[in-house]
Amino acid sequence: MRIPCPYCGWRDAQEFAYLGDATVERPDPAAADAPARFHDYVYLRENPAGPHSELWRHSAGCRQWLAVRRDTTTHEIIAAEFVRGRGARR
Amino acid sequence: MGYSVLSLIANALTGQRGWTPAWRDAEPKPFYDVVIVGGGGHGLATAYYLAKEHGLRHVAVVEKGWIGSGNAGRNTTIIRSNYLLPGNEAFYEWSMKLWEGLEQDLNYNAMVSQRGVLNLYHSDAQRDAYARRGNAMRLHGVDAELLDEAQIRRLYPFLDFDNARFPIKGGLLQRRGGTARHDAVVWAYARAADRLGVDIVQNCEVKGFLRENGAVSGVETTRGAIKAGKIGLAVAGASSRLAGLADLKLPIESHVLQAFVSEGLKPMIAGVVTFGAGHFYISQSDKGGLVFGGDIDGYNSYAQRGNLPTIEDVCEGGMALMPALGRVRVLRHWGGVMDMSMDGSPIIDRTPIAGLYLNAGWCYGGFKATPASGWCFAHLIARDAPHPVARAFRLDRFATGRLIDEKGVGAQPNLH
Ligand SMILES: Cc1cc2nc3c(=O)[nH]c(=O)nc-3n(C[C@H](O)[C@H](O)[C@H](O)COP(=O)(O)OP(=O)(O)OC[C@H]3O[C@@H](n4cnc5c(N)ncnc54)[C@H](O)[C@@H]3O)c2cc1C
Ligand SMILES: [Zn+2]
Repeated sequence: MRIPCPYCGWRDAQEFAYLGDATVERPDPAAADAPARFHDYVYLRENPAGPHSELWRHSAGCRQWLAVRRDTTTHEIIAAEFVRGRGARR
Repeated sequence: MGYSVLSLIANALTGQRGWTPAWRDAEPKPFYDVVIVGGGGHGLATAYYLAKEHGLRHVAVVEKGWIGSGNAGRNTTIIRSNYLLPGNEAFYEWSMKLWEGLEQDLNYNAMVSQRGVLNLYHSDAQRDAYARRGNAMRLHGVDAELLDEAQIRRLYPFLDFDNARFPIKGGLLQRRGGTARHDAVVWAYARAADRLGVDIVQNCEVKGFLRENGAVSGVETTRGAIKAGKIGLAVAGASSRLAGLADLKLPIESHVLQAFVSEGLKPMIAGVVTFGAGHFYISQSDKGGLVFGGDIDGYNSYAQRGNLPTIEDVCEGGMALMPALGRVRVLRHWGGVMDMSMDGSPIIDRTPIAGLYLNAGWCYGGFKATPASGWCFAHLIARDAPHPVARAFRLDRFATGRLIDEKGVGAQPNLH
């Protein structure tokens, strides 16, 4: 498996560290239902068979966090982009 | 047909023509009291104990491929009950007790071999951790022996004791641990369940659930709808997919784990040995192949195959432990999809949906659990109450904080 880092190009997956699902979002700790939301955030996962958005860090390369879209049934990489800057666009 | 020395001799004398199929290839009926989804070891064992221990007569196991085509037929066959935490240890020990009487109970040679499981330690801190684990086991009445380096040298003289980075200082041995033939376990439960009237329906994939007033009332399959009083999910790596069909989200990620077999060798490794400084474990099959494995690949996957970095990592672990392996050729390797739970421990529980029961989250350690998992899941489904040794395996423990984090790494499934 190779991952196309926007900065370094196609690199072996071995250079990257995996964090997991990129779609979960840390809830507001001040929200009334924060305990329930934190449970979902920390523990529950869609775990799809098919395209999955996930966080990889190019730790043996440019050290940037990437949001990668990858098919979990084939390991095909669909897209990869820097996480930095994504928040601003959202 | 019962299997015995006599039936073996009789068939040997008559050209092996007298054997009959070990189980019927059942057609699905329109209704069952209980439908178990998933014909792996856990599903088949559940059906068997539902019939045998709870007297249910209308039970079916529906399997999308052929029975044993999932992780039951892909694992490295290690059985042991060397757990630390109270929520786990009584359960795995009950499984070990069931293994010890399994072949007689099922009238099948499952090649259960209590050849010993040895976990090596390489530092003072690791020795202390293993001493603690061994003591916890002994408090539960389970056998555990802490061996020093000299004792290990007598058992396995060819290990790399004086490795500069990871010298071997000793190990924790469970003599009652060992291996069993994985396929034979599947076939044994299938045959025994079939003889008690359980229908084993293969090539029958569950695609959805029938719902009535919020409860589940049956399954939609590729071979038509099947109504059911109760439905038990035992689909291992596919747990999130099946739960998703009922709009449930689980504390589980699916990850790939690889395993390897070498060419056949003369007897060399008597028991199961695990490396304590990396993740590597090895045993030798009765055919002579070295069976070994290590870490999961570490990313979500349903692909049933892994990547080269993990293969290299496993082989490096092997070389650090046992340099003689360097000249052995790997014959085959493969992957299975693990249902990695968020605390590394399983779930045997009711779900918020009436009639739907869940058996999942086995990570890469569910083969050894097969008998007790079936036993406890059957108990739960038949009596609507958890079995005492599986009481801790609750689905809501992630909300209540009663996690069973055997490894102490938190909600990071690729680290368990
Ligand atoms: C490489 C590897 C090594 C391992 N080593 C060990 C070990 O040494 N010791 C140990 O204790 N454990 C080990 N394990 C873990 C163990 O194999 C599993 O935890 C255990 O087999 C899971 O339970 P099962 O047998 O019921 O699963 P499976 O055999 O995977 O059964 C699940 C079944 O559900 C079926 N299914 C899925 N979706 C559907 C559907 N929609 N409809 C109908 N059927 C469906 C699948 O086809 C499959 O047959 C290992 C696993 C792997 C992959
Ligand atoms: Zn990079």
